[in-house]
Amino acid sequence: MLEDIFKVVKTRFNGKEAEQDVVSDTTIPENIMFKCPRCRTAMFEDDYIRNNKVCTSCNYHGRLSARERIRITADKGSFKEFDRDMISKNPIEFPGYEKKQEALREQTGINDAVITGECRIRKIRVVIAVMDASFMMASMGSVVGEKITRAIEYATENKIPFIAFTASGGARMQEGMVSLMQMAKTSGAVARHSEAGQLYITVLTDPTTGGVTASFASLGDIIIAEPKVLVGFAGRRVIEGTIKQRLPDDFQLAEFQLEKGFVDMIAERKKMRSVLSHLMILHNYRPEEN
Amino acid sequence: MNECVNTLTPWERLQLIRHKEHPTINDYIPYLFDEFYELHGDRCYGDDSAMLCGLAMLEGRPVTVISHVKGRNLNENKKVNFAMPHPEGYRKSLRLARQAEKFHRPVVCFIDTPGAFCGVEAEERGQGEAIAKNICEFMKLETPVISVVLGEGGSGGALALGVCDELAMLSNSLYSVISPRGFASILWKDASREKDACNMMKITAEDMVRLGIAEHIIDEPIGGAHVDLCKTAENIKEYLLGVIAEKSQKSIDVLLNERYTKFRKIGEFEIRQKEELLDSK
Repeated sequence: MLEDIFKVVKTRFNGKEAEQDVVSDTTIPENIMFKCPRCRTAMFEDDYIRNNKVCTSCNYHGRLSARERIRITADKGSFKEFDRDMISKNPIEFPGYEKKQEALREQTGINDAVITGECRIRKIRVVIAVMDASFMMASMGSVVGEKITRAIEYATENKIPFIAFTASGGARMQEGMVSLMQMAKTSGAVARHSEAGQLYITVLTDPTTGGVTASFASLGDIIIAEPKVLVGFAGRRVIEGTIKQRLPDDFQLAEFQLEKGFVDMIAERKKMRSVLSHLMILHNYRPEEN
Repeated sequence: MNECVNTLTPWERLQLIRHKEHPTINDYIPYLFDEFYELHGDRCYGDDSAMLCGLAMLEGRPVTVISHVKGRNLNENKKVNFAMPHPEGYRKSLRLARQAEKFHRPVVCFIDTPGAFCGVEAEERGQGEAIAKNICEFMKLETPVISVVLGEGGSGGALALGVCDELAMLSNSLYSVISPRGFASILWKDASREKDACNMMKITAEDMVRLGIAEHIIDEPIGGAHVDLCKTAENIKEYLLGVIAEKSQKSIDVLLNERYTKFRKIGEFEIRQKEELLDSK
């Protein structure tokens, strides 16, 4: 008798018919739930989005697209984009690189992993660069390097502050050495902006790693991180491979970097506009009318 | 530049670099300089044996030498951490580069590393920040900086010593965004395709010149640098004497502008026309 019961259960869960049943009975729409990568709490996607993509349980500040970031950062209608149509070539002729980019442009609606432009934050004029992890993990190739460099040079010429919202997996492997050189190019532009006495703030968002950490992301006069975001140089898996043991969960989080002395402060997304504008005022940048 | 065309494939060059007799900076120093005093420590945390820094006399001209250090065997390599510096290595190099600036000495950097060390302590002490600071400060260093790639130059850990007025590569040396093994592992999830990666990454001296990253190729004897160390060193020395004399004549403003422009123009992109955008949709 018992065997019979188990048979029923077995066919329910393993049998082909049962499988089809489950699929047809429970039509869960995609993206209804969000699972926090830090505390692993599941929450309704709607709640998560309404909370500006911040985990309602542990305060992890999730990834925003560049457009979303600009929407919550810049004064309404003030953003003027630079170099929107710049696209990358294929310097080392990596097979399939053009195709991959084309597909991503279609999918994400952006031409590469950064959007740059001029805007106002609480009426203060500022140049911003916002990286978007949905485009090849915001890796830095020719376009990211060039757009950021141009944006910084514009800020230097016009004597205005520069704010970088960083996110990146590192150098864009598919562009070979040309991508590595973007670290030098962007850092050089930061050096000139700094020598011109202008303020540079970096806002580290999830995840900021590799060549971007080892260049302009670490060079801000003031370095802000969002709570619980990943910030580091080497990838977690690479380090685990080297030391042959598992790293603690909080390794390389913003709070770890604060403790080790590599970020000035951790600021919440909802307060970011206010923090940024106050910091600019403290550096004698004034709100402009009109 | 090269007298005869180098017909070795990138993979064959990598094997030469890994040859147990491939010369390291410690082999070259006695041939290149009349005197050499090693200077230790970053004045902050410690001394990094993967980074060799010191004062040297190059044909009567004082220079500051900064170099990654490789070992020739396992024991030596353990001591120098396989030429993979920690943050204190980069901080030491920056300290001595600034000292060179103060005393108007040219800086000569030798690149020979698979990359910066990836480990817990390196992260805790700010590997990213240390490299970023080097890159940014070398960009505005008010004295000539010359870099020479001796063997392999890998990733940001190499670039930290590669922000310079002129970059030269030994004819069999390689310079890459990441080691070929890392490249295969990241892009193909298969580290065993190291050879394929090496041959397609465009990492040879000729590639670097073509991409505008290197300005000069220093000849190695046929068969590799180790075949005739004395001759290789002589070629490096001849190059250094010439380039340092040339760069030292320039005013600091001109030098810094040229250095900025050298890196500023690297990048391959285009502006896509609006019509094309519409066509593709």
